[in-house]
Amino acid sequence: MNQQNDYYQTSGGPATTLPVPPDIAPEHTLNGHEWGMLSFLFSEVAFFSTLVVAYVTLHNDNLSGPTSEVLSLPLAVATTSLLLASSFTVHLATHALGHGRNAIFKLWWAVTITLGIAFLAGTAYEWYGLVVHDGLTISRNLFGSTFYTLVGFHALHVSGGVVAMLIILGLSLAKALGQAESTGARMVSWYWHFVDVVWIVVFTVIYLA
Amino acid sequence: MSLADHPSAHADAPTSPAGVDLASRLRVWTTTVDHKRVGIMYVLMAVVFLVIGGVEAVAMRIQLWSSDLEVISPDVFNQLFTMHGTTMVFFVGMPILIGIGNYVVPLMIGARDMAFPRLNALGFWVTLFGGLLTYFSLATGGAPAIGWFAYAPLTETTFARSAAVDFWALGLIVAGIGTVTAAMNFVATILAMRAPGMTLNKIPFFTWTMLWTSVQILIAVPPLTAALVMVLFDRELGAHFFDVQNGGSALLWQHLFWFFGHPEVYILILPVFGMVSEIIPVFSRKVLFGYEFMAAATMAIAFISLGVWAHHMFAVGLSRQVDLFFIVASLLVSIPTGIKFFNWLATMFGGRIWFASPMLFCFGFLSMFLIGGLTGIMLALAPFDFQLTDSYFVVGHFHWVLIGGTLFGTFAGIHYWYPKVTGRMLSERLAHWQFWLLYIGFFVTFAPMHVAGMLGMPRRIFSYEPDRAWEIWNQLATIGALIQAPSYLIFVYNLVSSYRHGKIAGDDPWDAWTLEWTTSSPPPTYNFGTIPTVHSRRPLWDTKHPDDPDWQYE
Ligand SMILES: [Cu+2]
Repeated sequence: MNQQNDYYQTSGGPATTLPVPPDIAPEHTLNGHEWGMLSFLFSEVAFFSTLVVAYVTLHNDNLSGPTSEVLSLPLAVATTSLLLASSFTVHLATHALGHGRNAIFKLWWAVTITLGIAFLAGTAYEWYGLVVHDGLTISRNLFGSTFYTLVGFHALHVSGGVVAMLIILGLSLAKALGQAESTGARMVSWYWHFVDVVWIVVFTVIYLA
Repeated sequence: MSLADHPSAHADAPTSPAGVDLASRLRVWTTTVDHKRVGIMYVLMAVVFLVIGGVEAVAMRIQLWSSDLEVISPDVFNQLFTMHGTTMVFFVGMPILIGIGNYVVPLMIGARDMAFPRLNALGFWVTLFGGLLTYFSLATGGAPAIGWFAYAPLTETTFARSAAVDFWALGLIVAGIGTVTAAMNFVATILAMRAPGMTLNKIPFFTWTMLWTSVQILIAVPPLTAALVMVLFDRELGAHFFDVQNGGSALLWQHLFWFFGHPEVYILILPVFGMVSEIIPVFSRKVLFGYEFMAAATMAIAFISLGVWAHHMFAVGLSRQVDLFFIVASLLVSIPTGIKFFNWLATMFGGRIWFASPMLFCFGFLSMFLIGGLTGIMLALAPFDFQLTDSYFVVGHFHWVLIGGTLFGTFAGIHYWYPKVTGRMLSERLAHWQFWLLYIGFFVTFAPMHVAGMLGMPRRIFSYEPDRAWEIWNQLATIGALIQAPSYLIFVYNLVSSYRHGKIAGDDPWDAWTLEWTTSSPPPTYNFGTIPTVHSRRPLWDTKHPDDPDWQYE
């Protein structure tokens, strides 16, 4: 408790006659990075909730044009399973990183990136079909407006995650990851899990309802 | 008292020594990640926008001086009230509070900076450029003329053909991103970077309110961002969110906007509650009465205020059940707010009250916020609101809360912490002039608006007929605005002149109790040579009174 004594010295007086404060119990809390990421994800929940509300409120208010019936459930199930699988692989990756097994980390990390890119490719394929064959664009009707906005923003978040993971993969190929990069990888994995959960909601609202 | 801890304090202080050339000074300020410099820049930005927004307000008051006047054309008038509202809420209110928080919070909790210093600087610059982008709409031939809440379908291309609305929406999206990053930073800083021993139930009250303000920002701002994105998609990509001719919903915009808009009111007032809760105890020489109740009330306000937004929409014709729900929820907020009010009074009760400028502004805050709260309760009652919705009564009410509450409280905070930031005292004489001109001018401006509103004067009209008996009330309001105007100029003058000529403040001019007063004035870049250890809610009291420390009683 050296620090503590320094603190009291400034006021002078013999320390023995003064009341001595109780010891300070160290606090167990998340660190700054974790709180920062959690609050970011918290704000993202609010953002996506708004887009979901807009979809639920408006997607049936169409004067003309295709509705959610043109969507392909099997395709959506396929892309969904890719993204769900990527949540497992990213977990395996960060688990390996925590135990210092860098090679295994790089392997699962790369697999996660591949799954993410495959998911995006699936979305691109779906959109291509919708635009070219069904004539559904963002300006076609309200289903188009709300669908593309919600799914599009999710895809944008997946893309952001893929880019972040690629950067970390590049760093890990150049040298072993240090403390800062490991924290970065762990935070990106939180983000990735979140993007996954958002997709489950989006999938339920758009494809199952 | 503890200058020996940091001998280089003044050399590192966030005020550049004289003689350094402008270019390198500019470089220092534009590249800084020091929370104190970032905080100062936020506040300066807000002061500049405060003057701009104030000029817009005075222009409108001149136009409304008498009936059938046309000093300003109707379209320009619409642009003025749009930009006045947008400016004051997004580029004055939030930045000034975030700026003060930025400066003070790390010092208060014994940290050397915010959790993410670079993100912090980014947040400031993004907010500033959001403001510039919004004003860039002028380059399209005129600012948007949509009102600050931009009701659909006014924002659709059909009704707003120039790109002004696009710049406005983009500006608010960009500034919103800055605000959210600031909120993330506050949460991470306050939860993870407190000095050893400063558990959450010992943090200074201002810090506690900044935490809950940040939580509200995280919940309320992203929905606005999403809604603004929809506006842009409607305008740029031909989407139909708010395009009622194609099945879109104008009502959805109202829900989304007010889901942001109501919590925004508390984003603008909670930090002020915090400042007042720091200042009143120090200037009454007593501890804050009912800290735990105050803390719980802050939390309650943060949660309840998320479920009251539709009280802005009674007149739209929601169902009776929905109206009832939102009436009850809105009235509920007045309970924790009332608790706070009585706790401040109880803190002052029996205290040795010292009416220096910070306390004077607290007095302004208490007296005016009370009235604004009461008219708020009136407007929360749907039948009353049906009658007075979109009238000058509403304009009077929310200015009473935002100026009487937020601005008076913010001035209290600025007068309280200015000595810490600059090392010099503000002139008390000028501060008293500023206060009384503002207090009287404010009353004369906004009290008559309530009457004009009850006489049926709608808000946002650019002119009126002579036979409506509104003229006298408008003239009073304009006179009030002209009384207020010099008080802001005195404030700016006081900030500038005291910086050069003010009395040297010393480290702890108010004999206060929180950690920021243990540092030099201004504090060194690293804030604390040794990270302090905390045992009570008033660590500096403990240091000053080692024979009778607070932790014995908490
Ligand atoms: Cu409200």
